[in-house]
Amino acid sequence: MSRQNRARNRKKFLIFGAIPLSIFLSVLIYPFLQGFFLTFTNWNGFGYTKFSGFSNYTKSFRDPAFWTTLGFTLKFVFVSMILVNAVAFGLALLVTSKLKSSNIFRTFFFIPNLIGGVVLGVIWQFIFNTALVSISGKFKLPFFNDSWLNDTNKAFWALIIVTVWQSSGYMMIIYITGLISIEQEVLEAAKVDGASPIRMLYSIKMPLMAQAFTIALFLTMRGGFMAYDVNLALTGGGPYRTTELISMHIFQEAFAFGHFGTGQAQAVIMFFMVAAAALIQVVVSKRMEVQQ
Amino acid sequence: MKIQRSMGRKIIFGFGLFASITYVAPFFLVLLNSFKPKFDILANPLGWPTQFTWDNFQQALQKMNFFRSLVNSIIITFFSVSILIVLSSMLAYYLARTKNKFTKTTFLILVASMIVPFQALMIPFMSIFAQFVSINNRIALIFFYQGFGVALSTFLYHGFISKIPTEIDEAASVDGANDFTIFWRIIFPMLRPITATVAIVNSLWIWNDFLLPRLVLTRETQTLPLSTYLFYGQYSTQYGQAMAGLLLAVIPIIAFFLFLQKQFISGLSSGAVK
Repeated sequence: MSRQNRARNRKKFLIFGAIPLSIFLSVLIYPFLQGFFLTFTNWNGFGYTKFSGFSNYTKSFRDPAFWTTLGFTLKFVFVSMILVNAVAFGLALLVTSKLKSSNIFRTFFFIPNLIGGVVLGVIWQFIFNTALVSISGKFKLPFFNDSWLNDTNKAFWALIIVTVWQSSGYMMIIYITGLISIEQEVLEAAKVDGASPIRMLYSIKMPLMAQAFTIALFLTMRGGFMAYDVNLALTGGGPYRTTELISMHIFQEAFAFGHFGTGQAQAVIMFFMVAAAALIQVVVSKRMEVQQ
Repeated sequence: MKIQRSMGRKIIFGFGLFASITYVAPFFLVLLNSFKPKFDILANPLGWPTQFTWDNFQQALQKMNFFRSLVNSIIITFFSVSILIVLSSMLAYYLARTKNKFTKTTFLILVASMIVPFQALMIPFMSIFAQFVSINNRIALIFFYQGFGVALSTFLYHGFISKIPTEIDEAASVDGANDFTIFWRIIFPMLRPITATVAIVNSLWIWNDFLLPRLVLTRETQTLPLSTYLFYGQYSTQYGQAMAGLLLAVIPIIAFFLFLQKQFISGLSSGAVK
């Protein structure tokens, strides 16, 4: 029986699992592991002749441009995580508040999410570089006199605005799902007990949909670290490579300057940052669930 | 009390209206300016066109190779997503129905792999697959999407299949059907709701993907996001044409969404809970 079972399992593996798993291994796992390995060699994109220890990593950390990128990326991830989720949660509350027009609102909020970051980025590039500058010239608004994209600090906020506009619609869907899944009886019981709407939100709704927060925060964190399209199309890293997020920095390092070893070392550092952030999040959200 | 409530409603509605206008305004601006000649845009980017022109669209259609890029996007998205549905639903069925150490470990690795950003392996990836890409870059890209998409899709299917009672498989097995027939004839049709989710999530990703196609595709095979980006880079000072190009780039996906809106929202929300 068990031998027959094993034969059947093997057949099942060959029919159902072999093809997708071998593609997965060759496309994702193998390059990923090789990437680790290559950072310890003097790889030049084609081959390597000797091991070089940690020199790719020490070189990366001695590069001030990499530190600028790291700081800029961490700031971007942190701010975008908070703002995207705050806006998305607000929109979800608005859309679930039983207005007649909430379906139309939901559609409008979701539309930017359908469109890729590159197209969104160039639309906003036009807005910041041309539309707002021209309006400010007309109405004498000193705030937009110079394009925001010419100034590192303002370009940071431009990136944040576009990111919030792009991803809040999707996160809103996650929060709507969370809000709808709360049982009506619980809310009614709280109402009978005289809970105010704000109290209900903080003490009942938000704890009961903790899972939605976990998912949305994780997705925005990961999206922040991986952001490339909007960065490329909106600021292109400028002025003077001061608004380069880590994705773009890695791309430039390897494909523009041919520094494959340090580029890959920075990619590995990026992976560990994402993994660490994900781990911290899992631990924190587990603790939140215990408190309930 | 009632008056207070209706006041509250009005305030909420006001907020909603304001936010909606903010969210759509950039697209409206593009629409408005795509019909204007250049001097009109510079003089007055927010106003109504003083002079309607279709010239911009003609130029943009031609210069960004709109129809060729559109067809490329459709081909790549359609085949990638279809194959992904077949492969990941079968893999999920195997992993969910055969319980042993191997399947459990495999499932864990698939789930864990979802935190690996593409950028972490992009550099060795391009040197490993350089030859494959040079033979046929469209087929290579479709193949790559299987590898990068299989984890999430399998995960979504796995959750759904686990809820289908195994008695159904056993009954069919007693009737003499083999595993392959059981899956395609009986299980797969039951997966329709989650298949919709998998199709929508992956279509959105692949349709809009930029970095991987940028590394893999050439001028002849470029997708819509690539050709939009290149076109904008070259003609960004021809504001009218650039706006027409952007409008053309967003129309297909917005039309598709408005057409299938219910499926989109319900598909994405059931994907989100997982």
